[in-house]
Amino acid sequence: MGKQLETDPSAGFSCPLPIEQYPTVLLAHGGGGRLSHQLVQKMFLPRFDNPHLARLHDGAILDTGGARLAFSTDSYVVNPIFFPGGDIGELAVNGTVNDLAMCGARAQFLSAAFILEEGLPMEVLWKIVVSMQEAASRAGVTVVTGDTKVVDRGKGDKIFINTSGIGLMRDGVTIDPSNAQPGDAILLSGTIADHGIAVLSLREGLEFRTRLASDTAPLNGLVDAMFAASTEIHVMRDPTRGGVASALNEIAGAARLGMVLEESRIPVREEVRGACEFLGLDPLYVANEGKLLAIVPRPLAERILLAMRAHPLGKDAAVVGEVVQDHPGVVLMRSTIGGMRVVDMLSGEQLPRIC
Amino acid sequence: MKYVDEFRTGAAARALSRRIRLSTTRPWTIMEICGGQTRTIVKYGLEEFLPPEITLVHGPGCPVCVTPVELIDRAIAIASRPEVIFTSFGDMLRVPGSTTDLLSVKARGGDVRIVYSPLDALDLARQSPTRQVVFFAVGFETTAPANAMSVSEAARLGIRNFSILCSHVLVPPAMEAILSSPANRVQGFLAAGHVCTVMGYEEYFPIAAKYHVPIVVTGFEPLDLLQGIMMTIEQLEKNRAGVENQYTRSVRREGNVPAQRLIREVFETADRTWRGIGLIPMSGYRLRQAYAPFDAERVFDVGMITARESPLCIAGAVLQGLKKPHECPAFAAECTPEHPLGAPMVSSEGACAAYYHYRATAPAS
Repeated sequence: MGKQLETDPSAGFSCPLPIEQYPTVLLAHGGGGRLSHQLVQKMFLPRFDNPHLARLHDGAILDTGGARLAFSTDSYVVNPIFFPGGDIGELAVNGTVNDLAMCGARAQFLSAAFILEEGLPMEVLWKIVVSMQEAASRAGVTVVTGDTKVVDRGKGDKIFINTSGIGLMRDGVTIDPSNAQPGDAILLSGTIADHGIAVLSLREGLEFRTRLASDTAPLNGLVDAMFAASTEIHVMRDPTRGGVASALNEIAGAARLGMVLEESRIPVREEVRGACEFLGLDPLYVANEGKLLAIVPRPLAERILLAMRAHPLGKDAAVVGEVVQDHPGVVLMRSTIGGMRVVDMLSGEQLPRIC
Repeated sequence: MKYVDEFRTGAAARALSRRIRLSTTRPWTIMEICGGQTRTIVKYGLEEFLPPEITLVHGPGCPVCVTPVELIDRAIAIASRPEVIFTSFGDMLRVPGSTTDLLSVKARGGDVRIVYSPLDALDLARQSPTRQVVFFAVGFETTAPANAMSVSEAARLGIRNFSILCSHVLVPPAMEAILSSPANRVQGFLAAGHVCTVMGYEEYFPIAAKYHVPIVVTGFEPLDLLQGIMMTIEQLEKNRAGVENQYTRSVRREGNVPAQRLIREVFETADRTWRGIGLIPMSGYRLRQAYAPFDAERVFDVGMITARESPLCIAGAVLQGLKKPHECPAFAAECTPEHPLGAPMVSSEGACAAYYHYRATAPAS
């Protein structure tokens, strides 16, 4: 066996390939649904095994040098790179700012790494850089380090961006799925699926006219307002890829609790509902880039909801459901006509490369 | 949303539910033909609105589900060729063939693309004159007019690098196959509203009379289905077996005549094999001889294909309404939407996928 290992490192029998069903990576492995989850659970978690990673939050919480820091990273590959309401640069800043906000941290510093395809017009790159700088200044963060790589024409798709961020944790705040308690209220900050549908409306072969714009926005201001109302927020999550359904399933699974949603209380814009109806998509699985879910103690729900509604990014906020003791790990939803159904995690890929 | 919200109101659903309960005096088994209807039933929890005497069984109306595995293997062989751009509706890509699926062909470098209309595939052929563009033309009568139009347009415009891999199937022969099976337990049908929008419902009268089954042309919204079920139950309770139209806002008795003319121009009826069910005589369309140059099976010689099905999958029994998805031992165990053993676990219209995604496995609190 040892000899074989020398000649063929991939044949190591102590490291069998953990995902045997898929000999190659599929788009759905990056879709934020079940296959992404499987990749994390079977490949990344066991190999990188450590307590920070094991919490599986939007970022890691690190105690270092007397400070509590949140650290997060995200890559952006959206196609098209300019879409109604935003572009890849703005998305890359807001996305990492939001991941840090969901940890309960105040975002401070970002890195920006670019993978550029040979032939990308300088003018396009400049527009994206300016947009990133404006987004950073809106969110109150500074881009303090970066990197640039260029790949051969045809070996990348115009531009990919990675951002990582560091934020300072608020004192006494712990945001974690395991904090959820039976009876907690589930809050949603506004209309869902705007980003995914706005990006989709520009797709080749599917172009449709819409007034809809992506909801990409930095959520740190809204989170400040919520913490000002109460520091006892149990869980926060921004439902990006995989949508509200996948985010809630992850929380329900981690908390080993059930959830019951009310379909009629979930805010969805008319034009988004229309697009989802004719495309056969479920808005619960479509990505958002400027929305958050919060799980809070029932007695505080009203106060936090009012604080959210007073903020421009939370004006359509609503209580959309509750956490229950029954059916742990399963999210149920009462449909508009009153029947009950399961809201499962996203399987496969609804839309490719939306963030 | 207009034309949608009116058909999803709780008060009207409860009123229909009361009327169904009042009308029902004994057990009845009703099949909804179309996978879109199955999805609505499960997604809205409609079984909660029905008395326990009524059993709904789910029909074969999922085009992706009934496409034979041999044809999927053929599609995979064609899609793997370097000169080919293989186009398809999205849910066909994950359907397992004997050894792999189209999505994996794409991951290995095949040029496989999702399109939303066969006419988009035709445009692609015009823009890519050095490539062969193939469209996977699956579906019931509903998608036949658009597929026929793509071929008729290709012929008119003289586009030579476009072809379709055709697997069209028809509803009425499948209903007859189900009704004439000795194991049949279906006593009434909800016919598929969209199929009837194209074809009308003239052809259902002989079936209703021959097998003495009520057939109600039904739409896809929750209230459509409850009303369709009510109309079927009221016929069954009175021992009537007529054809009725619940979906009047879309379906006329004669259907869409220009669309039917286009179908007849391009296609002729032929025997078809249904995945999980077997050969049903004269149950599908194939391209007429005049359009043979657009038939991908003739353009590409991919040799003999020996298809292999998973021995665990009971899709055939599910598609004939003999078994429910959760009665399959592989359901949610070996067979999941990420790793489907059979096609009904793939498509959003597949009964197994609908059960997997939407059906309450735990009691509501």
